[in-house]
Amino acid sequence: MAALTTDGLSARPPFWRSLKFIRWSIQLVAVGLSVAIVFYLWNNLIRNMRASGISTDFSFLTQALGVNIAGSDISPGAPIWRGLLVGIKNTFALVIVGVPLLTVLGVLIGIGKLSTNWLVAKICAVYVELFRNLPPLLLVYFMFNAVILQFPAVENSWDLGFVLINQRFVAFVGFVGQPGIGMYWLVMGVTLLIAIWVWIWRTRRWEQTGEPHRRVAWSMALLGAVALLAFLILGGPIALSIPAIDGRVATGGYQGLAQYFGVLIALSMYTASHVAEITRGSILAVAKGQTEAANALALKPTQRLRHIVLPQAMRIAIPPVISQYLNFTKNTSLALAIGYAEITRITFQTIGNGHPAPQMIALLMASYLVFSLTISVLVNILNRRLQYASR
Amino acid sequence: MTTQEVSAVFTPLRKNWWLWVKENLFNSWYNSLLTVVLGTGIVYALLAALRSLFGFDYTILRVNLTLLMVGQFPRDMLWRPWLSGYLLVAAVALAAGLLKAQAQSKAEQAGLPFTKTRPGDVLRRGWPVLVLVVILLSLTQTITPTLLTVGLLAMGIAAYFLGRVIPARGRRLAWVGVVLLVLGGYLALAAFGGRGWSQWGGLHLNVFLTIAGIAFAFPLGLLLALGRRSSLPAIRTMSVTYIELVRGVPLITILLFAYLAIGFLLPENLKPSPITRILIAITLFEAAYIAEVVRGGLQALPKGQVEAGQSLGLPAWKTTRLIVLPQALRHTIPPMVGQFIALYKDTTLIQILGVLDLLNVSFIINTQPQFLGQGLFILTMSFAALIFWVGSYTMSREARRLEKKLGVGER
Repeated sequence: MAALTTDGLSARPPFWRSLKFIRWSIQLVAVGLSVAIVFYLWNNLIRNMRASGISTDFSFLTQALGVNIAGSDISPGAPIWRGLLVGIKNTFALVIVGVPLLTVLGVLIGIGKLSTNWLVAKICAVYVELFRNLPPLLLVYFMFNAVILQFPAVENSWDLGFVLINQRFVAFVGFVGQPGIGMYWLVMGVTLLIAIWVWIWRTRRWEQTGEPHRRVAWSMALLGAVALLAFLILGGPIALSIPAIDGRVATGGYQGLAQYFGVLIALSMYTASHVAEITRGSILAVAKGQTEAANALALKPTQRLRHIVLPQAMRIAIPPVISQYLNFTKNTSLALAIGYAEITRITFQTIGNGHPAPQMIALLMASYLVFSLTISVLVNILNRRLQYASR
Repeated sequence: MTTQEVSAVFTPLRKNWWLWVKENLFNSWYNSLLTVVLGTGIVYALLAALRSLFGFDYTILRVNLTLLMVGQFPRDMLWRPWLSGYLLVAAVALAAGLLKAQAQSKAEQAGLPFTKTRPGDVLRRGWPVLVLVVILLSLTQTITPTLLTVGLLAMGIAAYFLGRVIPARGRRLAWVGVVLLVLGGYLALAAFGGRGWSQWGGLHLNVFLTIAGIAFAFPLGLLLALGRRSSLPAIRTMSVTYIELVRGVPLITILLFAYLAIGFLLPENLKPSPITRILIAITLFEAAYIAEVVRGGLQALPKGQVEAGQSLGLPAWKTTRLIVLPQALRHTIPPMVGQFIALYKDTTLIQILGVLDLLNVSFIINTQPQFLGQGLFILTMSFAALIFWVGSYTMSREARRLEKKLGVGER
């Protein structure tokens, strides 16, 4: 064996030329370098914070918030962590209303861009080009300072009967429970279950016999009839609460802050322009043969859109649209600029009150991260389910 | 056949505007209704917009135009931004001319047709910029800016044709010239008693942060993209972690971090200025997005290309540098322009930190005593909106054009 290894031909190359060694050493160097940088920065952080007498843990979260949050029961004496929770809640309030709003708006405009009516197509195209190319922060400012602040003061609110609008808030008509409300909810809950069963039953029947299912009409008629009957029998368990102006405040109804609507509308309009482009692209991406097949079956244009084109376009559109929802969520942080108390604003204010910035910003980033990463995991699962098996 | 169809078949060349209106505006009862309702609304809105356009007092923009453009750059040094603008326009025009000339030589070698750019094309593609320039000049108070702009245009056209006529062997040198001009554009502002970027403001700052942000983030993003597609698990994990973490948070949180907390991470003697901190934040943020753009380009590359490189016996880094990147990066140009536009719009976020960028200036000039409480907010905001819109719209159209062109060349 010794003779073989010394002749130089069949000798193994030196160990540092082996692929395994190169791969390992590169990775070790990279990891080591990153760890060293992080360690160095972390060290600086702790030392600098101690030097300036700032606490390095999260114990300050129980101290007083020090600010009022409009539209909530938080007083300046409440602990910081409760303020942050209200901030998260307010961010969600924007997302929950904004996502359906921008989806409807975006899809309508996207379809409108493909309209056979030249005027409609042009208006939708102008909308998309206008809003897509403006900074969202500018839109938020514009909506709030140039539009909402031009509304009348509280005393002279526009009173549209069920809605009150002024520059400080919007009040909608609300509902107030009267005696018997519990019974009413119970009856409606049971009816809802029955309505769902009717829906399934109609669907099954349609599948078996082919007779039109009309499941929407059936279940809605049932729900409506029971709602009306129970309402009359129980003697009006729900009363309307119509907002009214009383001096400088409004009484009754549901109230939303003007800042909330400013951010909501501005960001929804901005994101809708992106969703419109996605919708249009997805509809155009549905194979032309599908439309032709629908025409060959003599489907009406609305039927073709509803049953053939849109379901297929939706599969293409879902991943980019969800990414737009995430963008919308991240953009709600712009509410900071006009003073709507969502999480970024409360973080900013708390730092302004002298609480340690590194921890507060870490918490802020963590809240957005949890949300973003959860959504992306869900999207990946959904996406795998939605794709056709052949793809 | 009805008479209508007959006329449509037999007079296809005659432009029958009535037929067009009938087919595109009144082709069914609900479309007719829509047309009437929307048409009335649009005419009304346009009239209202025109009326308010003429009703405004533009003094606030006239007085503050310099502030809006360059912030608080010393007024006795305004020749510096102009000089810088001349050098940068020269660089861009020269580069455009060189690219066109290169494309022409390539097309001639391959025997393919080559379309020259006509002045009409430039007008059709760049009309928003021209309109903006005319509006800006109409707001100036002296004749000097107009003369300087005319000079700028003339010099740009001259630099373009210079790039077109430089012979093939001189092009390498000319590209060095482009780089030197860009460098000169920076030095004209900052060197020899000028002001560094910490004292810039207005639109100038927005544009600078966009260009510098992309330029600084690109190398980092490229490394991250290659890392994400690496076969080494540790490097892949680190790249994916960085990219996903940064993409999961809004830019404003990273800006807040850089602005309020980065001082804690650095040694005590290192205190970067606010703009430098912002630039760091933008670089770190954009790198993650650029990494995703580059990854898209890498994924679009057929696998055979890498395999071909390997079968030639090239080492991995040479395969990447000579075969993968030149092709992949060409694919990334249109989405990179998209990223550029997104950053251009996002630079407005520094307003929240109180930095005097274009948005912030258009905001605070409303608090000047002579303009306070006159409801001019809508005017100054619209002015800022117009500037941002023109830039983004023009760039996005160019990106789409490029996308089409690259796509055609590929197949």
